[in-house]
Amino acid sequence: MWDYLVDRRGLIAFQAVQHVSLVVQCVVLATGIAIGVAVLSYRSPRISGLANGLSAIGLTIPSFALLGLLLAPFGFGITPAVIAVVFYASLPILRNAVVGLAGVDQSLVESARGIGMSRLATLVRVELPLAWPVVLAGVRVSTQMVMGIAAVAAYVLGPGLGSLIFSGLSRLGGANALNATLVGTIAIVLLALVLDVVLVLVGRLTTSKGIRV
Amino acid sequence: MSETIAERSDERPGSGPTAEARHVSGVSIRLDGVTKQYPGQRTPAVDAVSLEIPAGQIVVFVGPSGCGKTTLLKMLNRLIEPSGGTIYLGDEDVTGQNADQLRRRIGYVIQADGLFPHMTVGTNVGLVPKMLKWGKERVAARVDELLDLVGLDPETYRDRYPKELSGGQQRRVGVARALAADPPVLLMDEPFGAVDPITRQRLQDELLRIQEELGKTIVFVTHDFDEAVKLGDRIVVFDVGARVVQYDTPEAILADPAEDYVADFVGAGATLKQLTLTRVGDVELRQPQVARVGEDSAPVVRRAQAAGDQYVVVTDRRGRPISWPSLAELSRTSTVPDTVDEHLPVVGLHSTLNDALDTMLAASQGGVVVTGRDGVAGVMVVETVMAAIQQTRGEAQG
Ligand SMILES: Nc1ncnc2c1ncn2[C@@H]1O[C@H](COP(=O)(O)OP(=O)(O)OP(=O)(O)O)[C@@H](O)[C@H]1O
Ligand SMILES: [Mg+2]
Repeated sequence: MWDYLVDRRGLIAFQAVQHVSLVVQCVVLATGIAIGVAVLSYRSPRISGLANGLSAIGLTIPSFALLGLLLAPFGFGITPAVIAVVFYASLPILRNAVVGLAGVDQSLVESARGIGMSRLATLVRVELPLAWPVVLAGVRVSTQMVMGIAAVAAYVLGPGLGSLIFSGLSRLGGANALNATLVGTIAIVLLALVLDVVLVLVGRLTTSKGIRV
Repeated sequence: MSETIAERSDERPGSGPTAEARHVSGVSIRLDGVTKQYPGQRTPAVDAVSLEIPAGQIVVFVGPSGCGKTTLLKMLNRLIEPSGGTIYLGDEDVTGQNADQLRRRIGYVIQADGLFPHMTVGTNVGLVPKMLKWGKERVAARVDELLDLVGLDPETYRDRYPKELSGGQQRRVGVARALAADPPVLLMDEPFGAVDPITRQRLQDELLRIQEELGKTIVFVTHDFDEAVKLGDRIVVFDVGARVVQYDTPEAILADPAEDYVADFVGAGATLKQLTLTRVGDVELRQPQVARVGEDSAPVVRRAQAAGDQYVVVTDRRGRPISWPSLAELSRTSTVPDTVDEHLPVVGLHSTLNDALDTMLAASQGGVVVTGRDGVAGVMVVETVMAAIQQTRGEAQG
């Protein structure tokens, strides 16, 4: 396996970068979408209940099946991969964002309004910063989850380490097949750990000292 | 409005600092048939209230829980939109104004947790000036000025987060934030609830001191009738639906409750309630010998002996009292020590005799140090309180 690794280090590194870049970009996009939807829904218990329900159901859809379904309209390539990864990534973030925003102390919101902050300013300066640690916890869960899902996206010829795993699996028994699968899988696990550490650091840097526990 | 204040000082002859015609920066508030009907409720929470709150005075709302005090207060800054009626600030009808802009002109302090935990004390206090687009330096200067005003050292507290403050300090910051843009009107909804009695009393004293300086129009909601008597230039007693049962000075309400309901509310100990009407500044104080930290002890001891005192009041370099050692203790030292006595009983000139008595009892001492604007104003002893009780008793019986 070591020889395999050394031989292909260029390709593996390239695919690792592709993988991480797909995941990071998709998670960033998903965070934006999830916060947007959460902001629109958290004030109404009915709509936020609906959002939570959808997020729970969405997570039960097998990623393989969703990718297959996306093939019909979008064909092979990066588009269905991105759509699927963003979809899955946004679900845990959405749930946490709704919970986080709903959990902001109402007396603080009243206080903000009471000193003359507009609705928008209250959201941006008070509610979102206070909900942020909870949102970020969702982002961490999402990132871990879609590291794996992004690998499955290789099935529709998306970028990343998944292609290593799939090509290995399809040639199982052949030369280096097992090595390819193992290297792909281990790389994904390691990268997931690294990303998680990065997210913890991001959390430290973006959470006010006043609300850190 | 100066007329009302002059009238007021006649009512409380010699009532010390509050009696002087004070500087007024507030504006009057007039409610005309203000009503709030919450959807799905049969009777309005606030039913056609008309009320005039004079400029520069503290008007306290009291009444049973659920009678509509908070609803009425929040209609003043339109956190709750009235279903009917008109509200005037000065001569200006504010019922149709942009609510956000209106609120920047009205300070607002709520019971607890009003400070934003993710912002420093300085940021919290500077929020409204910043919204009003003051320059950076002006905001910073204002923040320091306000922290000073509420008795918090800016250097120490500016960059702290709310969770790093005690409950009482948080309330002070809340008041500072509300005052930041120098609003003519301050709305306070049970701002000193949920703090211990001694801290509460200090906060009340501070508010009175600040008010003496600033002369805002303050509307203050409380459950505590003693607090109402202490703080209020006038008290509004409400019943369900925010019906105004009585609107008068504390003295008048205590002396002559308008309905049985008010008498019940005021409570049976009305004679002792007079203790709440008399201020520490109204009675004669003893003048102790005052020594500064670091002075030579011997001359201080001699001075006190000459005056026939048993103790000396020691102040820190800013003139604030920190301890009152006996002459025996002091004569064992060469310079006046800077030990801070955590339990030193201290009240302000605005404190009531009731507060002073509470403070003495809490500290198990027979007297309290009284502080005024420029440091120590004197010492009040328990005998003075007793004499006041005797006197009001005599008046009540005779
Ligand atoms: N948002 C609301 N929706 C419906 N009813 C409300 C709402 N807020 C208050 N009420 C009702 O209006 C009435 C007055 O409430 P309010 O909060 O003004 O009372 P309060 O005098 O401040 O009481 P407390 O002394 O307990 O604070 C109460 O009967 C209350 O149930
Ligand atoms: Mg209330």
